[in-house]
Amino acid sequence: MIEIMLALFIGLLFACGLYCLLRRSLVKLVFGLILLSQGANLLVFTAGGLLAGRPPLIAKDSIIPTAPVADPLPQAMVLTAIVIGFGLVAFFVALVHRAHEAVGTDDINSFDQTDK
Amino acid sequence: MNGLVLVLPLLIPLLGAILLLGFARSLRFQRVGTVVIASLLMAAAGWLVYEVDCKGVIAIQIGDWAAPFGITLVADRLGAIMVAVSALMGLAVGIFSIADIDDDRVKKKFFPVFFVLLFGVNGAFLTGDLFNLYVWFEVMLISSFVLIGLGGKKDELEGGIKYVSLNLFSSVLFLAAVGILYGEVGTLNMADLAVKLENYPEVNLIISTSMLLLVAFCIKAAVFPFFFWLPASYHTPPAAVSAIFAGLLTKVGVYALIRSQTLIFRPIFDEVQVILIWLAIITMITGVLGAARHFEMRRILSFHIVSQIGYMVLALAFMTPLALAAAIFYVVHHIIVKTNLFLVSGIVLHKKGTSDLALVGGLYKSAPLLAALFFIPAFSLGGIPPLSGFWAKFAVVKSGLEIGEWIAVGAALAVGVLTLFSMTKIWGEAFWKAQPKPTADFTATDRPTPFVMIAPVVLLAAATLFIGLYGNGLFAFSERAAEQLFDNREYISTVLPQGGGTK
Repeated sequence: MIEIMLALFIGLLFACGLYCLLRRSLVKLVFGLILLSQGANLLVFTAGGLLAGRPPLIAKDSIIPTAPVADPLPQAMVLTAIVIGFGLVAFFVALVHRAHEAVGTDDINSFDQTDK
Repeated sequence: MNGLVLVLPLLIPLLGAILLLGFARSLRFQRVGTVVIASLLMAAAGWLVYEVDCKGVIAIQIGDWAAPFGITLVADRLGAIMVAVSALMGLAVGIFSIADIDDDRVKKKFFPVFFVLLFGVNGAFLTGDLFNLYVWFEVMLISSFVLIGLGGKKDELEGGIKYVSLNLFSSVLFLAAVGILYGEVGTLNMADLAVKLENYPEVNLIISTSMLLLVAFCIKAAVFPFFFWLPASYHTPPAAVSAIFAGLLTKVGVYALIRSQTLIFRPIFDEVQVILIWLAIITMITGVLGAARHFEMRRILSFHIVSQIGYMVLALAFMTPLALAAAIFYVVHHIIVKTNLFLVSGIVLHKKGTSDLALVGGLYKSAPLLAALFFIPAFSLGGIPPLSGFWAKFAVVKSGLEIGEWIAVGAALAVGVLTLFSMTKIWGEAFWKAQPKPTADFTATDRPTPFVMIAPVVLLAAATLFIGLYGNGLFAFSERAAEQLFDNREYISTVLPQGGGTK
């Protein structure tokens, strides 16, 4: 049940993100990318399988944890991806700020000097 | 011992970047140190190629966790030669940057970021794990973001926005594909994936994942229709930056395409082949037509990157041993030639104050050495024998004829002619034509070219000539590398000595 909800929510994040990307505003571009990267993070987390209350801890006398246990790898990966995404977004916001100062408008259609 | 040879190409740029950060005050140290570190990296990469060519695939597990759980570093011939070429580019561009990168940018830590870029590129070539490939891509991307926006001029920032946003988008797709693939198969080690995906029951899910990855890598490699960020941004930063970008970054995307298609998604390649062939054909044609329209050196050259990427993807799409060898040979040749052309355009920019073809001229008379140095990579790119580009194109065309892909071969030949047209345009305008009269808002300067700018161009031109005249050695190496890709059992058994793990 929770998987279906999360799947819908991931789809919603991707849809909103793509919608924002297709707008002409620079700020919406930033928000679009943030939403998309959060959607991807949630996707990695959900696709790895959800299992409540079964931490991958090994009991005192055994070598491997008793199945079924939650897979810790997607969580490790998603942490890495969140940190990377955070750094990239921080950089991107700074870049957008500088570019906004240089070009003087929020309208992406004015960013056409380098394409000519 | 095995470990050291694999780790050195990563450690040297990382420690180099830290060292340069530590002595950030001394601009002289930054510049001299860069050349020293880049030379060390070159030596380490040479050693890696030698070891891999003699002993076959080398793999180590960082932290000593057995694959597929540990972090795998692995080098086959393809990975090793890519590391070597990127080290050569690091050296050439490092030397060029001594003069090209102004004090202001050096104070803003240009050189440490430059080495972090090489660190990321080498990591991408040497990793054996899909998630780590994602992380290495991000290392590479974030340093390239910094390099492209470092100057803070309007054009740089604007080009930077386009570059950054499209590359971030491709990273999102990459991560999504990684997540789905892990959820489905339960491993991300590339060798383990190759084992598990053979005879996999749920083919449709794997195809959709492979398409997500294909789009992500095609954005990075600037394949049609995902290339628009490239010509919009590569002409804005200083010549040294656009040279290293032009040479290396898109080729990391091509490398990822080659690796994923030959190793991970080999069982379903038949479904992808038609798509790849047509993408490659359209990429070649749009790139070369875009270049024909432009009249500024770096913009023309940027579009030619797109067009040349088409050839590499085409060779990959043919997927015969000869075609893979052609793809590898093409990538190596192209990195050297394209970096060199951007360096020459940087010299023209430095000398004349602009690289707009309408405003420069007379270089054949005033700088005959530069003309000769432009001639070699430009006509190699156009595919004139006996330069390296001829052999690269020849191999692609021959492998296409062998499997009867007439349309693709015809397109490749036609695009070759159009490439030559662009190169003769630059040649005629910048070198043969007399220097145009100064206009109201622009007067061309005639500054002398510093030695450190000419030296790397000579180095790379010599490499192009060498590959052209004595191409046998490199082509034989490419064929051996292609065999390793085509028959990937050696790669898999080196990474997974016990024959694959279980979830």
